[in-house]
Amino acid sequence: MSNAVATSPALLKITDLKTWFPIRRGVFSRTVAHVRAVDGVSLEIREGETLGLVGESGCGKTTLARSILGLDPIQSGSIAFEGQALHTMRSEDLRRMRRDLQVIFQDPFSSLNPRMTVIDIITEALIVHGLIGNADRETAAIELLNDVGLGHDSLHRYPHEFSGGQRQRIGVARAIALKPKLILCDEAVSALDVSVQAQVVNLLMDLREKYNLAYLFISHDLSVVRHVCDRIAVMYLGELVEIGPAEAIISAPRHPYTRALVSAIPQVGVEGKGRIVLTGDVPSPASPPPGCRFHTRCAHALDACRQSEQALKDVARAHQVACMRVDEL
Amino acid sequence: MNPESKEVLHRFLRNRLACMGVILMIVLAGFSLLAPVATPYTYDEPDPLLGIGATPPSARHWFGTDVLGRDLFTRVLYGGRTSLMVGICATAVSLVIGVTYGSVSGYCGARTDTIMMRIVDILYALPFTIFVIILTVVFGRNIFLLFAVIGAVEWLTMARIIRGQVLAIRQQEFVQAAVVLGYSKARIIFRHILPNALGPIIVYTTLTIPQVILLESFISFLGLGVQLPQSSWGLLIKTGAESMESYPWLLIYPGAVLSLALFALNFVGDGLRDALDPRHTRRA
Repeated sequence: MSNAVATSPALLKITDLKTWFPIRRGVFSRTVAHVRAVDGVSLEIREGETLGLVGESGCGKTTLARSILGLDPIQSGSIAFEGQALHTMRSEDLRRMRRDLQVIFQDPFSSLNPRMTVIDIITEALIVHGLIGNADRETAAIELLNDVGLGHDSLHRYPHEFSGGQRQRIGVARAIALKPKLILCDEAVSALDVSVQAQVVNLLMDLREKYNLAYLFISHDLSVVRHVCDRIAVMYLGELVEIGPAEAIISAPRHPYTRALVSAIPQVGVEGKGRIVLTGDVPSPASPPPGCRFHTRCAHALDACRQSEQALKDVARAHQVACMRVDEL
Repeated sequence: MNPESKEVLHRFLRNRLACMGVILMIVLAGFSLLAPVATPYTYDEPDPLLGIGATPPSARHWFGTDVLGRDLFTRVLYGGRTSLMVGICATAVSLVIGVTYGSVSGYCGARTDTIMMRIVDILYALPFTIFVIILTVVFGRNIFLLFAVIGAVEWLTMARIIRGQVLAIRQQEFVQAAVVLGYSKARIIFRHILPNALGPIIVYTTLTIPQVILLESFISFLGLGVQLPQSSWGLLIKTGAESMESYPWLLIYPGAVLSLALFALNFVGDGLRDALDPRHTRRA
C-alpha cells in the first residue's frame, strides 16, 4: 500500500499555512495580539493515503482541519486541493469542491441534527448537489447505511435513538455520501468506548479500500494512529515538529517531543519504564517562545535552541524533523 | 402525510391539556366569528326592553349589560374578533420580522451582527407611545396599521431571543457539517438552525400574543386603535375596571374570557413545542 501511495499525486497540498485569531481589546476592538493556532504548517496528502496528525490538546490540530475545510479564515499561506487554491475560489466552485472534501467530527452527539431523521441527514447532500432525485432517496440511503454497517430499519429514526458508536456511523455515512476523495477525521473515535473505537476504525479502513479514500486522521492517541496511518505528522504549538512514515515515527522517533509522545503509548507488561515525562505546560500560542518552540520543555535544549527557529529537515527518505540537535541525539 | 408529521400529530394528540387548549381556542374563535348569528343583540345598541343602565347577569343577558344597556356577551364576542385578530396578526408580523432578522444577525456574526443589533438597540430606545402616535398621524387610523405598529415593536425582543439561540446553535458540529456539505446559508438557517430553536420561539410567541392583546387596549385608550362603540377585550377590561366597584361583572366576564384564551394559547404552545421535538417520543 505504501508504495502505491508514494507515487500518486498530491491531493491536498498545504503550504506555509498560518491561521491566527486576533485578540481584540477596547472600545474600538483594536487587535492587540494574535493567537497563532496554526503557524506555518506545510504538508501533503496523496490520493488514497492516510496521514495521522498528532499532538496534545491546543496544539492546533483541529484549527488546521477547520482551516482546510474553510471554517476558520486563514492568515496566510495556501491550501490547494487537486492543484486549486481553496481560499481564493469563488463560492460556487468552492461548493462543488466540497463534495470531494468531507469531515467526520469528534462528538457523535452534537454532530447530527437532532431534528432530522437518518434518511434526511445522509441524503440531504445528495439532493442539494443534484446527484439524486427524491425518488431515489431511499435506495441511496439504504446503500449508505449498508456501507457503514447499519440496517435499513434506521432510516426513519432520529439521532437520539442511537448509541454513540451508531451515531458516529451515521456521521460516516453522511461524510461518504458525496463520494469524497479526502475525509478529515477530527478525533473521530476519541469520544467512543475502546471496543467501539476499534469497530469504527475498522469501518474507516474498509471504506478506504472500497472508495480509495484519503484521510487526515487527527488524534491525540498515538496507539490508534499507528494502526491506521501510512504517515504521521506531529504538531506542537502550531508547528510541525516531525513528519514521516508511521513505522519510523513509532519505532524510531527523532524529535524529543515525538519521543516523549511515543514513550507515553501504554504497553502491555511494561510498567512506565522509560517513559519521558515532560515538565511544564504548553506555552501560550499568543506569545510562543522564541527559537525552537519546544525548548521550554525540552531536556536537550541548548542556548542555540532559544535563538534560532527550526525548520523541517530531511533525516531519511520522506522523514523530516525540526530539531537542530537531531544528529547528536 | 409522511411518517414524521404523523408522529408529531400523534404526540400532540396525546397531550390532553394541549388538545383542550385547541378546542377552547376553536370555540372562542368560532363564536367570535359567528357573533352576528350567535346572539340576538347588536354590539352598539341597548336592549330595547331594559333601556339604558347596567343590569347584572341574568338568563336574558348571560354576562349582564353595561352602563349603556348593551349586552356584554355580545360585546365580548365582537371584542374577540378584534383581539384575536390583532393578537394573531401582530404576533405573526413580529415573528416573521424577528425570526428573519435575528437569525441573519446571529448566523452572519461579526460586524453584520454588531450593526444589526445596534439598530435593534436604537429602536428599543424609541418611546413606543410617540412612535405609535407618529405612525397613526401619518398613515391615518386603521386596523391593519395597528397590526403593523404592534408587530414593529414586538419583533425587537423576538429578534434578540432568536439571535442568541442561533449564536449558540451555529457553533454545534452539525451546523459546521452542513457548511462543509456545501449547503446554502438559507438552507442552513431554516433547515438546520431554526428547527432547533423552535422551543424558545414557540414559548415566546405564546407570551407575545397576550402582550399584544393588552397593547391593543393601550393604543385604543390613547384613542388611536379600536374606537367605541366597537369593542375589544382590552377595551372592555379597561372600561370594566373603571366601574368595578358598582358593576363588577363588567370586569369579571371579559377578564375571565381573556384569561381563558391566554391559558388555552399557552397550553397549545407547550403542546406544540413538545410535539415538534422528536426527543419526546417514548417508544414502546
